Amino acid sequence: MAVNTPKTADETVVLQGEHSASAIRWAMLAEFWYYFRQNRGAVLGAIVFGIILLVAIFAPLIAPHDPVIQVRGAFLKPPAWQAGGSWEYILGTDAVGRDILSRLIYGARFSLFVGLVVVTISVTVGVVVGLIAGYFRGPLDTFIMRLMDIILAFPSLLLALVLVAILGPGLLNAMIAIALVLQPHFVRLTRAAVMAEKNRDYVMAARVAGASRMRLMFRTILPNCTAPLIVQATLSFSNAILDAAALGFLGMGAQPPTPEWGTMLAEAREFVMRAWWVVTFPGLAILITVLAINLMGDGLRDALDPKLKRS
Amino acid sequence: MLQFLFRRLAVLIPTFIGVSIIAFAFIRLLPGDPVQMMAGERVISPERHAELSQQLGFDRPIVVQYLDYLGGIVTGDFGNSIVTKRPVLNEFLSLFPATLELSLCAILLAVLVGVPLGIIAAVKRGSWFDQSVMGVALVGYSMPIFWWGLLLIIFFSGVLQLTPVSGRISLMYFFPPVTGFMLIDSLLSGQAGAFKSALSHLILPTIVLATIPLAVIARQTRSAMLEVLSEDYVRTARAKGLPPRRVIGLHALRNALIPVVTTIGLQIGVLMAGAILTETIFSWPGIGKWMVDSVFRRDYTVVQGGLLLIAIIIMVVNLLVDVLYGLINPRIRY
Repeated sequence: MAVNTPKTADETVVLQGEHSASAIRWAMLAEFWYYFRQNRGAVLGAIVFGIILLVAIFAPLIAPHDPVIQVRGAFLKPPAWQAGGSWEYILGTDAVGRDILSRLIYGARFSLFVGLVVVTISVTVGVVVGLIAGYFRGPLDTFIMRLMDIILAFPSLLLALVLVAILGPGLLNAMIAIALVLQPHFVRLTRAAVMAEKNRDYVMAARVAGASRMRLMFRTILPNCTAPLIVQATLSFSNAILDAAALGFLGMGAQPPTPEWGTMLAEAREFVMRAWWVVTFPGLAILITVLAINLMGDGLRDALDPKLKRS
Repeated sequence: MLQFLFRRLAVLIPTFIGVSIIAFAFIRLLPGDPVQMMAGERVISPERHAELSQQLGFDRPIVVQYLDYLGGIVTGDFGNSIVTKRPVLNEFLSLFPATLELSLCAILLAVLVGVPLGIIAAVKRGSWFDQSVMGVALVGYSMPIFWWGLLLIIFFSGVLQLTPVSGRISLMYFFPPVTGFMLIDSLLSGQAGAFKSALSHLILPTIVLATIPLAVIARQTRSAMLEVLSEDYVRTARAKGLPPRRVIGLHALRNALIPVVTTIGLQIGVLMAGAILTETIFSWPGIGKWMVDSVFRRDYTVVQGGLLLIAIIIMVVNLLVDVLYGLINPRIRY
């Protein structure tokens, strides 16, 4: 306290300002957590997502086998609890004798990585482009929005498929394609939010105080548009995982022997009738991951959307 | 209204041009030499290359090439398939009814199940029914449908032996296509069992394709209904002593369905993306499978034409939805 004793009137204001800013931040976080906690599904989703994240990070420590090593003599072994199965391969093995559980554990890395990279790219590009469109308006805005309309005129998976055909199949190209397909949503959201905020008094005050354009866009306006962006980012995260798995399933995403979940399903297709486990588990992994993220997304929306709070 | 229509059409034109530029650029962006690719020949001499290049018009300025391409599109010429040599538009038109039939059945299922579920969930807000419907809807919304399709095949075709695994109708039946819709054509053919066969082929793909739209529609209907139910005029209707059935069915529903119609319209893109996966799983001979096969066969003129045709369909449907929205929503007057 002694250190913080203000010496001048000016300093008092600054100190109080700092104090209240952090207090407000804490209060906002507490409020967010209060509303997020109300949604039991969201908390469950967050826990499941946390577990998947840990599994992905510590995959080499958890996985009982190497995900790409093929064990001769262990082809299409059923899961442990079924006749013919063994605890050596808890979820059974695939057609070339690879442990399915280990492949699923390593697969979590790819799915989360895809989600993270895709969301990072599409949020960064989408927010910057949306800010520019919403802030400057005029012909530039029209041009940008028409461009987004064009991207949105194609079904996302089809456009991603065609982009991968151009770039060549592979996980990296699939991620680039999906990011490109998802970013118009961020552009639209950011633009709409910027247009709503731009003429508010606080922005005007900052402008009068001499804030530069960059400061106005990124420091003054952007932080007030984050709530819908966070919700959209969550949705995009799960969409990216689904689309990447779909591309993998179509043979256009990660290539074998990569233990990516969609690619695993593609390899398992011919054994649909003979070995249910090679088909069931990878899809279940996708579903659980996507579901956990969507549950969190619902909770985030409830906690961040002030309109819903009042009702 | 007419003015609004023209304004929307005016916005559609630059979008259409942009979409056509993307389709045009597609072939030229692909790795490798487009002339060689279009010719479908592996090794060609420089003379042959020059000849083909001239024949296909690749030696002209790029703007002229594009205008030529655009002119072709406007007159219905989308080029010929590299593999089958047939016009792309003909192939598209012969396969489109299969996709349309599947999509219509899927959206019908999604609406007929999703809307009532959403309404009941909203009316019984917080009940176990509401919670389980919304839980299932979220699972449906998160579903990797290509896996869902395989699961249904394992269970209904494998374990129960109830439904066929692929195709549109059993090979036993043959009749010329009249409408292109297998359900109608099989009835028209008068062959015993044909309709049943067509129906049994349609069930699983329909369920798979309907899953995500159904979940979205149920969620949207519920939230739209909840919003309307808290409006003053609904309270007034209740206070007047109208029976709940009348308040919900007449007063609330009519306004709640307005955003739902938009949601249904927006599902067309979801359906087209879903058709790619669903048709691949069930070997359904529609445009989704055609596109995937063409990508793998490197039949790039087909991919180019299909891309453009699908985008045009989506743009037109979106326009229709906007117009319909104006018609059913008296608050919007153009």
